[in-house]
Formats: sequence, C-alpha cells, structure tokens
Amino acid sequence: MIKAILIFNNHGKPRLIRFYQYFAEDMQQQIIRETFHLVSKRDDNVCNFLEGGSLIGGSDYKLIYRHYATLYFVFCVDSSESELGILDLIQVFVETLDKCFENVCELDLIFHMDKVHYILQEVVMGGMVLETNMNEIVAQVELQNRMEKSEVNQVI
Amino acid sequence: MPAPIRLRELIRTIRTARTQAEEREMIQKECAAIRSSFREEDNTYRCRNVAKLLYMHMLGYPAHFGQLECLKLIASQKFTDKRIGYLGAMLLLDERQDVHLLMTNCIKNDLNHSTQYVQGLALCTLGCMGSSEMCRDLAGEVEKLLKTSNSYLRKKAALCAVHVIRKVPELMEMFLPATKNLLSEKNHGVLHTSVVLLTEMCERSPDMLSHFRKLVPQLVRILKNLIMSGYSPEHDVSGISDPFLQVRILRLLRILGKGDDDSSEAMNDILAQVATNTETSKNVGNAILYETVLTIMDIKSESGLRVLAINILGRFLLNNDKNIRYVALTSLLKTVQTDHNAVQRHRSTIVDCLKDLDVSIKRRAMELSFALVNGNNIRGMMKELLYFLDSCDPDFKADCASGIFLAAEKYAPSKRWHIDTIMRVLTTAGSYVRDDSVPNLIQLITNSVEMHAYTVQRLYKALLDDISQQPLVQVASWCIGEYGDLLVSGQCEEEEPIQVSEDEVLDVLEGLLVSNLSTPVTRGYSLTAIMKLSTRFSSLNRIKKVVSIYGSSIDVELQQRAVEYNALFKKYDHMRPALLERMPIMEKTIFSGDGIFTVCLWSVFPVLQANDLLDLLGGNDVVPIIQTTVPTKPASAGGELLDLLGDLSLTVIPPMTAYNKNGLIIEFTFERSNPNPNIAVITIHATNSTEADMTEFVFQAAVPKVCSFPSCILINLLFMSWCIGT
Repeated sequence: MIKAILIFNNHGKPRLIRFYQYFAEDMQQQIIRETFHLVSKRDDNVCNFLEGGSLIGGSDYKLIYRHYATLYFVFCVDSSESELGILDLIQVFVETLDKCFENVCELDLIFHMDKVHYILQEVVMGGMVLETNMNEIVAQVELQNRMEKSEVNQVI
Repeated sequence: MPAPIRLRELIRTIRTARTQAEEREMIQKECAAIRSSFREEDNTYRCRNVAKLLYMHMLGYPAHFGQLECLKLIASQKFTDKRIGYLGAMLLLDERQDVHLLMTNCIKNDLNHSTQYVQGLALCTLGCMGSSEMCRDLAGEVEKLLKTSNSYLRKKAALCAVHVIRKVPELMEMFLPATKNLLSEKNHGVLHTSVVLLTEMCERSPDMLSHFRKLVPQLVRILKNLIMSGYSPEHDVSGISDPFLQVRILRLLRILGKGDDDSSEAMNDILAQVATNTETSKNVGNAILYETVLTIMDIKSESGLRVLAINILGRFLLNNDKNIRYVALTSLLKTVQTDHNAVQRHRSTIVDCLKDLDVSIKRRAMELSFALVNGNNIRGMMKELLYFLDSCDPDFKADCASGIFLAAEKYAPSKRWHIDTIMRVLTTAGSYVRDDSVPNLIQLITNSVEMHAYTVQRLYKALLDDISQQPLVQVASWCIGEYGDLLVSGQCEEEEPIQVSEDEVLDVLEGLLVSNLSTPVTRGYSLTAIMKLSTRFSSLNRIKKVVSIYGSSIDVELQQRAVEYNALFKKYDHMRPALLERMPIMEKTIFSGDGIFTVCLWSVFPVLQANDLLDLLGGNDVVPIIQTTVPTKPASAGGELLDLLGDLSLTVIPPMTAYNKNGLIIEFTFERSNPNPNIAVITIHATNSTEADMTEFVFQAAVPKVCSFPSCILINLLFMSWCIGT
C-alpha cells in the first residue's frame, strides 16, 4: 500500500501532498520536512530507495523517490508494493502530467494544484494503484474537465 | 460584496511574500474573507473558496472551518462543486471527525448517479477515507458496481471493495460472488484492480486462499498472453506489455502457490518462461524479473528453478544500476536462510558492495554479510568487515560493531584471534559499541586464562595511544587492575613483552582519573583498578595517597569508593588481600531451550501462593516441592518477616529429595543456623549419578517479594562442590 505521495521542490516547498493514512496536520508538515531533509541529502548517483524516516514510521516503510529537474516525487510505501514497480509508476505519473499540461513544469503544478490532484486520483486510489495506462488516464481526465467546462459556472 | 479572488490570484499573491510573516499575514487576510463568504452561504463561489482553502492547507495552515463547506459542495448538483467537495473531504476529513458521517447519504446517492464520473468520485472518496460505519452502510452499493459492465466503474469498485474489506473484514464474504468472472475481463485496468482485490482476500483469509487456488490456471493463461502477445500499443511500456499487471499477477501467484504442491507445479513453466525471456535492458523488465525471482523462492519450486532464480539475483548484483543492486541485496537477504549455500556463491560480490558509495546499498550488504558468516569463511569475512567498520558512516558503526562481536563469539577460530578482533573493534569504533559489550568483553577475557598477559599488554599499549574511547578505556583499566602484575613482570608468550614499571602503570591510571575525557563510570573503573594493584604492586604509598585524595571528590560515587578503600587500608588491612584477589572464572548463563532444570524454592514460606512463583519462572521443567506441614500464623502487619522465620524455629523440617530424574538428584536439607537460631539454612545438593557430564546447569532461585531484602536471604553458591561431586 502507498502510504503517502509527496511532491516538493528543491527547497522543500510542498507542491502536492496526499496522505492515504490519517496523520494530524502538524504531523503532516513534520513528515514533509523530514522527508525533504532525507531526500535532499542524497547524491544523484545513488539508488532511489531510502528506509523511511522515524515519523512516517515503522520498519515496513520505504521512501521511493525520483528527482526531476526542480521537483522531488516521493512515494512512501510498505512492503506490499514492488520497489521497482513504484519507480515505473512515478515515471508513468510524470509522463501523464506531461501529456495533460503539455510540457509540464513546476509552475503548472503550483498554479493547478487541484488539477494535479484529479489526475493523481485516476492513478492511485486509497493507496492502491488504480490505472497505469497513460492514455486511459489522460482520456478520463479530459472528459471530466470537459464536463466541468460545460456547466455554467464560476471558474475556480 | 466583490467576488472572492480566484485561486491563481491567491497563489500569485502568496508567492510575492518575501518572509514567512508576510505570507502568514496574507493568508490570514484571505482566510477572514473566506470565512465571511461561508457565513453568507454563498453558493456560487463556494467551490472557489474551498479550493483556496485546500491550497492553504497544503502550505500548513489550519483549514478545519472548511469541513462543513465540503459537505455542502458534495450535496450540490454541479459536477464542479462535487469534484472539489469530494477532494476537500478526502484531504480535510477523516473518521475522527463526526461530520464525516453526514457524507454517507450523499455518497449513497452519488453511487447511483446517472453520470459515471460522479459515481467514480463517490467510489474514490469511499475507498480513501470511508469509516467502518460508512463501509457497512454502503457495501451493498459497492458490490453492485463491482458487477457492472462499465470498466471505469468496475475497477474503482474493486479497489473500494479492498478498502471495505480492510475496514470491516466480516463483509468479505459478500464480495465473493462478484469475483467470479472478474478475471475474464479484457480491460487491463479492471484486471489489475481485480488481482489486487483477490490478493487482499487471499491474504486475509485462508479459506479464501484455498477457494481461489482454482484460479491459478486462469492467471497463468493471462500471464502467458501478456508475454506472447507481441506489441500492443495501449499497454506497452518500454517494449513490454503491461508490466504492472504482470507484476501483480506474479505476486498473486506467489501467495497462491506458497505451500501448495499442485499450484506450484502449475506455475513452474510460466515462471521459467518469464525468467528466461524477459528483456532486462530497461527497469520494467527488471521489475518483472525481480518479482518472478521472489515468487520462485516462495513457492515449492523445483531446485533447477531455484538455482536459476538465485543466479538472476547474482546477475542483478553485478548490474550498474544501483536500484537493481539494492533490490537484489534485499531479496538475497530474504532467501539467505533457506538457500544458504546458493547465496554463499555470491559472497565475494556481496562483500564488494560494502565498498559502494551508496548508503542504502552498504547497509543491505552489511546485513547480508553478517548472515553469510560461518565457520569456514570467518577469517576472510572478518577482515572485510573490520575494514568496513573503519571507513563506514557513524550510523552504521554501532550495528556493525555488535554484529562483529556476535559473529566473533560464534565462530572464533582461536582465543587469540577473538581477542585481537575485539581489540581492533574497540580501537576503531570504541565510542560506538553498545554498553553491554564492556561486561561481555570482561567476561570473555577472564575466561581466556592463558591470554591474560597478552591481553593486558595490548590493552595497555592501546591506552597509551588514546584514552578518548570509553569502552576501550574501561575494559583496559579493569584488565590492568586484575593483571597488572603480569604486565609489569613482562611475561608475555604471544608477543614481544614490553618493559613497564609500576610507576608508569600508575601514571596511566591516574591520568585517566584526572582526564576531562573520562566519564564518571570510567573514573570508577580506574580507581578500583588502582586499588586492586595495591595487592599486586609494591608501591603501596603511592596508591594510598591517590585513594585518600579521592575521599573528598565531588563525584559521590568516587568519593564513596575512595572512602571505603581508605577504610580497607586503615582498619581492615588483613582482609585486603582476600578481597582484592583475582576474579574467578565467571560462568555466563546461556539460556538454551533444553537442558534447564529450574528448581522452585518456596516450601519454607507457607504464606506464599504456589502459583505466583510458577508463573514467574515460566515452567521449563519446573519441579515444585511439596508444601511442608508448617502451620500458618495469621500475618501481622509489621512483623511479617519475623513471623515467617518464627514459624521455622517452631519445627524442624526433615531433609527431602526434591528431584530424582535422568541421573540428576537434588536434595534439600534444612537446619537452623548455629549462632542465630532465627536464620534458616537451606542446603541444596545436586548430584550427577550418570557417567556423562551435565552441562548448562542453571541455578535460579525464585524469591517471593516479601522476602526480597538482602538481610533475609543469603544465597551462598558453592560451585566447587558441584563440580567435584559425582
């Protein structure tokens, strides 16, 4: 099971946080800080797996992360997920974002936090992997966005 | 009232803040605006306000006042509102808040909505944060959707079902009929989530597991199609067809095949096929191979397949990609217990990984190296591990040191090697060893009688170099105190003896006492060592002087010791040699499962409850002695203890044989102590009437709480008589 998905930049500013297990608000912020601290220390040529920090806790947790330009994508998982599989999943997620936002960059994530959540919702649900087919995900997100636009509405 | 600012405006504004305080101010202002907008029950802009609130929540600011607003959005008819409302519910609400139950009805309605995306939102929310009550209420709806032909909804329903089962395990039965034709789906998304659902059910219930075993042929067929089907553009990831689904199926096969011969048999072929045919140039191929290897190791596969699997792992170890090396080490660690010999073949590669730059890989390699140490390779491995200890990060040193001590204790080829290894660890990582290693080492050194001179000489030399590592200093000062005479007399066989005078030794020990680097514990060790040397050295005056100085030390522990030693010099000088003589060989209590005879001693004190003591000792061959017929006196408030002993003085208890089995005879004799009739003396004679030796004889005396004062019971263990008596 995926316990949490965190996206933050090279300075530790959160761009997307999604916890699939209950943590109190201040705990969440602490976890983000600790994860950033652990992950930012890593060289670029070491492996992408880290034993989890003490907060998100327990011996069964691992941090699997990928560093793309200015952003860190961190998935906190337990032993029921395949480590290499999660690495591929991060890649699929990023490529999906790329398709949805057309050459995605950090600013897209900053200004469209809600849209990123909706895309993530089509990939991971309740801490489990829902769909891995990029085209399928993009198509579904597109249809939902169209529904939103078709309503006579105030834009968010 | 002007329209509330858009989300992107807010974000833009916040980004212009130059300090944390500025940002906080902006956010507070906006929160106030949002609050008043909520109070006015503004339906049009509610979604915008909640979106802004979620953004501020991500930055770490409190957003709980938006919880109820999320519920209002969920109840709205507009898709936009529902979308942001459900997202807000998932981010801000959880089962700890009472408001969440208000969602139940909305979710129920939305699960039956005409638009599939609304149904999808409802399923998603229920599957993320549904509480047990909600799950119980809505499980029926989820089960219905699990049978729909709409693949978008079906896959979401499957994962939602997993969540329901996790929350309310009793409902698992309910989903069983719906799983019947899940695997005949063509849609990969549905297949994937179905396999997840089946996996969850199998993991939770052994009955389900046996029920689903019949699906093995179907799973094998699906896997085969994926491998053989050739290029399929929709599912292709780097040339491999839906690797995620392959990995999932392999994992389910692992669970189904574990411990079951027939299922394992059915999967053998496909596993061999995947193992040999998968393209390993990209990460996806390796992910599949890795999962295949884990499956092969877990099920009852034939030996050829197992060897294939371990060889794949060995190949992984040589891969340039760090991630592959990491997972290889992890899986080898899992299999080292069962396939020890196969893993041994890759030992040199594993040891090379100790030199890797990557911290995660180093840790894994270290754990694996310790698992691979055995009597044959101990010397070579220890060399590598000591080198590793020298150069590794401080975080590792404690674990590595403990591991080395354990391995050395189990497989040491000779006592000298053992002591050398320990010395090496103490000198390189001395400050990181665990606290209990000091007494363990002392015990080890005491027991290697022939090595005393060599040991004390080496420790002395180490002290001359460096007194900052406390465990090393403690062990060294203890040894010098014990074996100082050997040190000074220069009788070392193993090594070139060094010339040391008594004064030089005392200089070193006194140096420890005054040094800022020494902890209070270390100071205690060195003071005691100096005192012990008073019977081994001839320079008594110097020692007397040192001891008397510390009689006024600020450190209470040191002061007490010095005062007592002073007293020894002044009033009890005749006892001093006996008190400070060499320590006898200490037996370590090794608790092995068999061979412990625990004799329970409680008959003399009839006030006790028999059961309490038996509980204490946990009953490993416990032989209770039958209660004697001493009459019980009613326990009086203050003088309970005296009453107990008083009982004894009334009667004389005859000697008894407490245990007579397998050649071990244990007899108890009771008598009153001669000078003081209030003291009862119980003597236990243990006799070995067989011809073989009895080893690991452990004496444990259980004492009732009432009698735990030292004045009450003195246990005098006379080992010698036990060893000689046959």
